Amino acid sequence: MKTLLKTALMTAAAAGFLGAATLPAAALDDPGPAAYSAALKGKKVMLVPLSMGFDLAQGWTAFLKREIDAFGGTLETRDPNWSAEAGAQAITEAISSAEKPDVLIVMSPDLNSYSKLLKKAQQAGIYVILVDNPANFKADVYTGSDWTQLGRLEAEAVVKGCGEGSSKKIGLVQGDQVNATSLFQYAGIMEVLAKYPDFQVVAKPDSNWDATTSRNVTTTMLQQNPDICGIIDFWDGDATGAAAAIRDAGLQDKVYLVTTGGGEKTADCDRLEDGTYDAVVMTDLAHESSDMVAMIKYLLQSGQAPGTSSAYLYTLLKATTKADLTPGTCWDLQALQALQAAAK
Amino acid sequence: MGFLGSLNQERIVFAIAVAIFVVAALTLPGFFTADNLVAIVRSVSVLGILALGMAIIVIGRGIDLSMVAVMAMSVAWYLQMLGNGMSDGAALGLALAGVVAIGFANGFLVAYAEVPAIFVTLASASFVYGLVRSQLIGSDAVPVPPGHWVAELGALRLADVPVEVFVFAGLALAAFVFLRFTKWGRYVYYAGDNPAAARNVGMPVRPMLVLRYVLSSLVAFAAGILTAGSLQSMNTRVVNSPQLYDIVLVTVIGGIGLAGGKGGVRNVLIGAALIGIMLNAMTILDIPLLYQNLIKSAILLAAIIFDGVLNPRDEQTAQQGDI
Repeated sequence: MKTLLKTALMTAAAAGFLGAATLPAAALDDPGPAAYSAALKGKKVMLVPLSMGFDLAQGWTAFLKREIDAFGGTLETRDPNWSAEAGAQAITEAISSAEKPDVLIVMSPDLNSYSKLLKKAQQAGIYVILVDNPANFKADVYTGSDWTQLGRLEAEAVVKGCGEGSSKKIGLVQGDQVNATSLFQYAGIMEVLAKYPDFQVVAKPDSNWDATTSRNVTTTMLQQNPDICGIIDFWDGDATGAAAAIRDAGLQDKVYLVTTGGGEKTADCDRLEDGTYDAVVMTDLAHESSDMVAMIKYLLQSGQAPGTSSAYLYTLLKATTKADLTPGTCWDLQALQALQAAAK
Repeated sequence: MGFLGSLNQERIVFAIAVAIFVVAALTLPGFFTADNLVAIVRSVSVLGILALGMAIIVIGRGIDLSMVAVMAMSVAWYLQMLGNGMSDGAALGLALAGVVAIGFANGFLVAYAEVPAIFVTLASASFVYGLVRSQLIGSDAVPVPPGHWVAELGALRLADVPVEVFVFAGLALAAFVFLRFTKWGRYVYYAGDNPAAARNVGMPVRPMLVLRYVLSSLVAFAAGILTAGSLQSMNTRVVNSPQLYDIVLVTVIGGIGLAGGKGGVRNVLIGAALIGIMLNAMTILDIPLLYQNLIKSAILLAAIIFDGVLNPRDEQTAQQGDI
């Protein structure tokens, strides 16, 4: 496969070179499309997210499929359904199968689980793109959020939301103590709060990314500290629980709730609109997906061996409040799926 | 040995729960307040409701590992149908029919095909999850339509106490009356203690078994509606969470033996109280989740070992069918 790829790339390069040489005579013969097509046509891309069942994974798939179909490649997805073992198995099978993917896009469940496997994939000649969850592994490229920066933005939002005259007491509802997104988010938050010494974190329980747990720990947190002015919940997937606890305590107007999410309409914008959340640090899905597509196109044409480069393409993050909402702020999963269905 | 000998698992767990409660009330500010006590009961209400359903199954010498899947997937499907614009009556009717069908299938396979309950319900859990997730709903979390009765139910308070607490209390009373005072309820114990003998004296052992699995499925649906009401959505990820183990834990920690024929609603309440008090105290102390799990399992293990030492298994009367 590796040699085949090399031959294809060299042929492509040669074709491009010849094309360039003959350019003045033919005048309109652009060598690009032939080289592009030779490098990309028939290439296989595989996406292994944490699960196919949540907004970001479905959004990525829709964007990727459109682009990959356009250059004549194929996109396959695997659904580990939140299980690290199932994900590892999907990757192992991809590496050992006869029809190896050319590019593997992986969302890692934690810092270490997949590190060895992904190195193996690179050795087998597969480019590896890490998406949204960082890992201790030198991927060809990481596309997604800078989670420390994301934490900083959340902290700034909550400091601003609490305001000067408030109690300056903040609660955190963390995810867990293993996932990089939770650990880096925490680091970013604490870094910013160090700049505001009069603000203090009064409690920082874990939700284990579960909405019911988030509700229970937030209920306790609010009872222990009824004068809390702001709460940061580490994911919109469970922040509905924190929001329910705030609503139950009748403190919607007193507690400023900040969370983060993929910018999907029903998950984020509708919740900002109805006051469930006060600020959401959103990932720009369209740009994140474009970054992935660009890297797929680049890597497949680069001729470099997998594992050569290791770049970080961070997606622009923004803390959005109800006041910033415009019709285009969020993307709509239902509309995207309807579009996909119509294309079929 | 007189006093120690009178300690069985139920009393040990009850004593631990009381001890933690007293220590927490004396040392933790804000623990012994009306609001916090309500929060404790509420935090274990849904778990307790599921454990009541599980208890009826376990006393009849069975186990239902499909409860969490039925809870999450039936309600998610119901909400999805509402979101697609179906009328409430039709959607609720379909969801309930699905729930009863799963309970009936579980019970039928256990009672008539005589497949062990642990395999039947493990398989049906995967089946329900897979079918609903892949064919019937669009994503992991399905929101409750705004203004729907499920959302209003979740916001309902009576004297400042959330509705789950009353539902839990009501179902506990109903389960107590069923197990203690009805003929079929008493039969559950006989069938659980010795199914062959129960059958020989003429009890309808098999139809009763089917009924119990239908009951546990309906209880799961009720627990799901309460969860969705409180969180304004149903997240099906809960199927992959350790919640199922927590249900089994609450059921058996209070002293309902997995071998069947023993225990009652009181044991479930004691188990739920211990878990609720422990989790609440540890959250107030801001102990990270990893340590919470460690502490929780250490206390539970200690209770089981203590019981094992004080009440050794009697090989002559020990039953077949321990799981």
